[in-house]
Order: sequence, then structure tokens, then C-alpha cells
Amino acid sequence: MPRLTLLFWQLMVAVVALSLWQFFATVPVFGRMLLPPFFFSTPVDVASQIYKWFATGVIWKHLMITLWESVLAFVIGSVGGVLVGFWFARQPRVAAVFDPYVKMMNALPRVVLAPIFALWLGLGIWSKVALGVTLVFFIVFFNVYQGVKEVSTTVLDNGRMLGMSERQLTRHVYWPSALSWMFSSLHTAVGFAVVGAVVGEYLGSAAGLGYLIQQAEGVFDVGAVFAGMFVLSAFVILIDFGVTLVERRLLVWRPAPVARD
Amino acid sequence: MADTAEPVAVALDNATVAFRVAGDRVYTAVERASLSVAHGEFVAIVGPTGCGKSTLLNVAAGLLKPAAGAVRIFDQPLTGLNRDAGYLFQADALFPWKTAIDNVAIGLEIKGAPRAMALERAQGWLTSVGLGAFGNRYPHMLSGGQRKRVGLAQVLIRDPKILLMDEPFGPLDAQTRQIMGNLLLELWTADRKAVLFVTHDLEEAIALADRVVIMSAGPGARIIGDWKVALPRPRDISEVRMEKQFHELHREIWSVLKDEVMKGYAQSSLAAEAS
Ligand SMILES: Nc1ncnc2c1ncn2[C@@H]1O[C@H](COP(=O)(O)OP(=O)(O)OP(=O)(O)O)[C@@H](O)[C@H]1O
Ligand SMILES: [Mg+2]
Repeated sequence: MPRLTLLFWQLMVAVVALSLWQFFATVPVFGRMLLPPFFFSTPVDVASQIYKWFATGVIWKHLMITLWESVLAFVIGSVGGVLVGFWFARQPRVAAVFDPYVKMMNALPRVVLAPIFALWLGLGIWSKVALGVTLVFFIVFFNVYQGVKEVSTTVLDNGRMLGMSERQLTRHVYWPSALSWMFSSLHTAVGFAVVGAVVGEYLGSAAGLGYLIQQAEGVFDVGAVFAGMFVLSAFVILIDFGVTLVERRLLVWRPAPVARD
Repeated sequence: MADTAEPVAVALDNATVAFRVAGDRVYTAVERASLSVAHGEFVAIVGPTGCGKSTLLNVAAGLLKPAAGAVRIFDQPLTGLNRDAGYLFQADALFPWKTAIDNVAIGLEIKGAPRAMALERAQGWLTSVGLGAFGNRYPHMLSGGQRKRVGLAQVLIRDPKILLMDEPFGPLDAQTRQIMGNLLLELWTADRKAVLFVTHDLEEAIALADRVVIMSAGPGARIIGDWKVALPRPRDISEVRMEKQFHELHREIWSVLKDEVMKGYAQSSLAAEAS
């Protein structure tokens, strides 16, 4: 499909969905409102709420906080995941010792940690960052671990035959392979960094998109809840787009990135 | 067989290689194989598929330790990797995250050569394998044959004394095979290395080599024949095939090889049925 046609149909889906929503929320069908505005709000209300947030500028503070938390969670989690993943893959004995604990920690639903982090780190940004880190870390960790483990033995033998020392193998073979796997998990990792931040805010904070949504729910302002969700989605799409750009630059050597999570 | 005057570059003495397969079962791929390549000699190994040709090269490279028997490189017992050898693998072995030119230059860079110089030499090698204009492509943007040629440049830039080549022209079409064959001979004539060249193409083996060695079908494959190729050098791959001597030698070797190929085929289809 040509790009413009595609864009047209993509827009049509939004237009139809929003029109149906607006219609059933404002026009009674057989004397009954199918989508009572109290529970479902209306697209117009949601849009005006979003407009108000941006016009008054209150949204920026919350956006920046959420962005900052996500970025910190992403960076700390990724760096930790890369280092530990690399270390474990190159030291099978260490990996074997820690294996059950890694599995245990990964199996734990991370949301239950949120109150503990709030207790330890307070209601500021760091408890949210910590929650995001626990999510991002494991994704990156497993991918890097896998990436180092699954280097083609032929490529490895080739490196050895070309005279590479262990250090040179690390630099020219293990490292690029690990990074490529890390990048294939980047989209998922960024998504989880945002999830960590928003869920953390939702469960207890004084700022951020999660906080905004939670406040709106507290007063049954469904319009603002939806508005928060839309802003959040747009926010994630923008970040994801940025990740795609970085990925394209760094993974030029690959035929087509294979997504893994 | 080995010339006493020349040092023996590679000598396998009754090498036996066994693999552990599925639990406790052991598959003896190669049994008591003896083979020697003199300095500057071009030896081709031909044998049915799955007989253990790559296995032998891995042993000569030091990547695989034989269960029994000895490996000597320039009269020294081989321990660890064979540092004198350049190995062109049967499978894809280029670094996928490096461009063609970086793949070639790496052999010098890890020895500590300055990058600019390594790149310049790499460009020279790429040009001699006919890929001068493909330096900035990544391996996935090259055809199978082009990748083999980059691999050849990658190995040759290090100037190894021994060249181990595992079906290097496997994925090439007939014309390119001849061009590459002539190129290889040209490079080899300029700077005689000991070459151990694996191929499944008997004609190619005769056209290129000083000696053709035939392996029997596995399991327990061994060397069952060793022919000197007395065709004069320099040779042209396509012209040498017209000579009477070539045909006689071909017929002679093929009469031995044919039976092994049939055996090898029967065995692998049996194994396929069993599993
Ligand atoms: N790692 C391994 N584990 C078990 N069996 C192996 C292993 N490597 C090779 N073999 C077996 O050893 C035999 C010889 O393998 P090898 O790769 O040397 O064959 P080849 O002569 O190079 O074949 P081809 O011409 O198809 O490349 C085969 O039967 C193969 O199945
Ligand atoms: Mg092989």
C-alpha cells in the first residue's frame, strides 16, 4: 500500500472510532444512552481536557517528571543488565550459582515491590525509578546473556584463528553480538521503563502522568482519565520513534531487526 | 610421501577423531588418518559428504583435538591453536557487524597495525579478490560467493604460512569458480604457502593441486588414496581440463572415489531413516 493511502486508512480508523464514541455518548438510541458520558466521557470532553492541560501548561511538569523517571530507569536498568548479563555469560560458574535467584526475582510480579520502594526511597522520583529498573534490568539482562551465549561458534573460531586474544574476542565478537541483542529488546525495555514510572506514580506520588490519572479517578473524572491515557500513549509512541531512529543508526549491519522480548 | 628436503608444514599421524553423540554413544568420524603437506605444497582432499573433511581441517587448525594420534606443524607437536594457519571456514564466518573492509583489516589491526595502514592493505586485498568497490558493504549485503572472497582476503592479509580452505568455492557458479581458482593459483604461485584444500569437486582438485587425497566414507573414515598430479605449472584451470593426462588421472581417481561416494550416500540415508 502506498504511504499516503496507508496513512489515510489509519486516520479513518481513528475518525470512525471517535465518531462512534461521540455518537453513542451523546445521542440516545431507542431512548437509552449506550455510552453514558459519566462512565465513558466523550471525545470532545477528552480533547478539551487535553487542550486545557497544554494551554495552561500544567501537563508539562507531569510529563517531564514521568520522562525523567523513565529515562533514569531505562539507563540504570540497561547498564546494569548489560554488565551483569555480560559477566554471567562469560563466567558460567557465577551464572550457575545465581541462576535460581535470578529466576525467582524475575518471576516476582514487580508491582508488589512498589510499596517497599516507596517505603525505602520515599514518594519522590527514586521509588519510581527503582520500580522501572527492576523491569528494564531483567529484559536487557536476559537478552545480553543470550546474545553472548549464542555467538556463532564459527565466527568465534574465526576470531581465534585470526589471532584474537580473549580481550579482543570480547571487544570484536561478544560485545557487538550482545549489543545487537540488547537493541532488539530496546523497544520492550523502553516500554517497561515507562510502565514502571507510571505505575509507581499511580500507587503513590505527587506528580507525573500516573499521578494525574490517579487523581482523576479519585474524583470519577472519566474524561481526565482518558485524557491522561491519550497523552501517555502519545508520549510512549514518541519515545518509541526515537528508539527506532537510534536503532537504525546503530544496527545498520543487520538485514532486518528481529524483535524479541 | 613428504619431501625430505622441504620441512613438513602439516603432518597428521594416525589421527582419530571421535564425537560424543546423544548421551553415551560415540561416533568415530575419522580413524587413523595420516596425511602430510610439505612446505609450499598444494594438497586437495576429496571425499564423500560427511566423511570428515572439515573435521580433518579442524584438527590441523588446532580447533579439535584428536582422540588419538599426533599432529605436527613444522615438525613441532601442535598444542592449542595452530598459529601458522589461516582458516577459510566452510560456514559463514565473517563478522556480521563489520563492513567487508573492516572484516579484512581486522586481521592486521589485532596484531597492532595502525588502522590507516590496515585499511589500505585491506583495500588492496579486496581489490585482488575482485571486490574493490564493495568495501563498505556489510556481509548480509553480499552474495554467498562474495562473502567467500571477503573471507579469502581476510585470511590472506595475515600472510599465514599454512592455508586451510574448506570448500571455498562451494557456493560459486562454474565461471566464477574458474576465475577464483586461477586467482588462488596466481596468489599461491607468487608466495608458496602450504595449502590444504577441501572440495567435493574432483576436477577442481586435480586442476589446482600438487596432490589429491581421497577419504573413505565414514564412520571411521581414513585416507584411502594419494595421487601426485604431475600437470605442469603454471596452470590455467579451464585449459588444464583439456589435457589427456588430466582425463587419465580423473578416471583413475574416480574409479576409487565412486564406490566411496555411493557408500557415503547409502550411510547417510540409512542414518536419516534410523533417526
Ligand atoms: N560436533 C559434532 N558432533 C557429532 N558429530 C559430528 C560433529 N561434527 C561432525 N560430526 C560428524 O562427523 C562426520 C564428519 O563431519 P565433517 O563435517 O567433517 O564432514 P565433511 O566431510 O566436511 O562433510 P561435507 O562435505 O558435507 O562438508 C559427519 O558424519 C558428522 O555428522
Ligand atoms: Mg565439511
